[in-house]
Amino acid sequence: MSVKVLYFAGLREAVGQPSEQFVLQAGVGNVGQLHARLAARGGAWEALAKTKNLRIAVNQRMAAMDAPIQDGDEVAFFPPVTGG
Amino acid sequence: MKVSVQAEDFDLGAECAAMARGRSDIGALASFVGLVRDTNDGAGVVKLALEHYPGMTEKSLAAIVEEARGRWNVMDATVIHRIGELQPGDNIVLVIVASTHRGDAFAACEFIMDYLKTHAPFWKKEETPQGGRWVDARESDDESAARWKA
Repeated sequence: MSVKVLYFAGLREAVGQPSEQFVLQAGVGNVGQLHARLAARGGAWEALAKTKNLRIAVNQRMAAMDAPIQDGDEVAFFPPVTGG
Repeated sequence: MKVSVQAEDFDLGAECAAMARGRSDIGALASFVGLVRDTNDGAGVVKLALEHYPGMTEKSLAAIVEEARGRWNVMDATVIHRIGELQPGDNIVLVIVASTHRGDAFAACEFIMDYLKTHAPFWKKEETPQGGRWVDARESDDESAARWKA
């Protein structure tokens, strides 16, 4: 039971990795709970809590903190987009 | 409909010609080309790196084109966005919309650009004489996209 977590742009640089597999522990059933666990690692991971207007995608669709997550999902965290 | 996320440059004339080739029902082609500027927020820009989210970025662009098709008479559309390292003066993004008349072509082209800037997962990092910096999202871009909500 795990999800793939992706980080992009400034957040990817801050946490020092583009992706990881996160084993879903009891009590991690939505994006907000996953986000809290990751940010609680402290140090560089506090960037997850500090990023202004943090964006979330679940399975490549924009999502909110209350979006449910389950085994095999792809969850991405990134700052507001700046293309074009 | 054509959506491409690519490192290679594009040619506006060639893309317009490809869209119009073999048909005589198109009355208007509206296009937009975005370029790398040599200054931003008061600093010189030496080069630009464009990051994206492979898979989601392409889906997001296709969804924006679909949204435009639902709102206007869009006979064909092309969206090309470059990624990787770019220099000032380089092309970044191309949008072309074909329609029967100019009104729909202009509107759909502007809508696609406004939504691309606020919805498609791309991020710019600028190299300046003072070092690298991630470009901040602009409120004015959100306001431009919000105009189409009504």
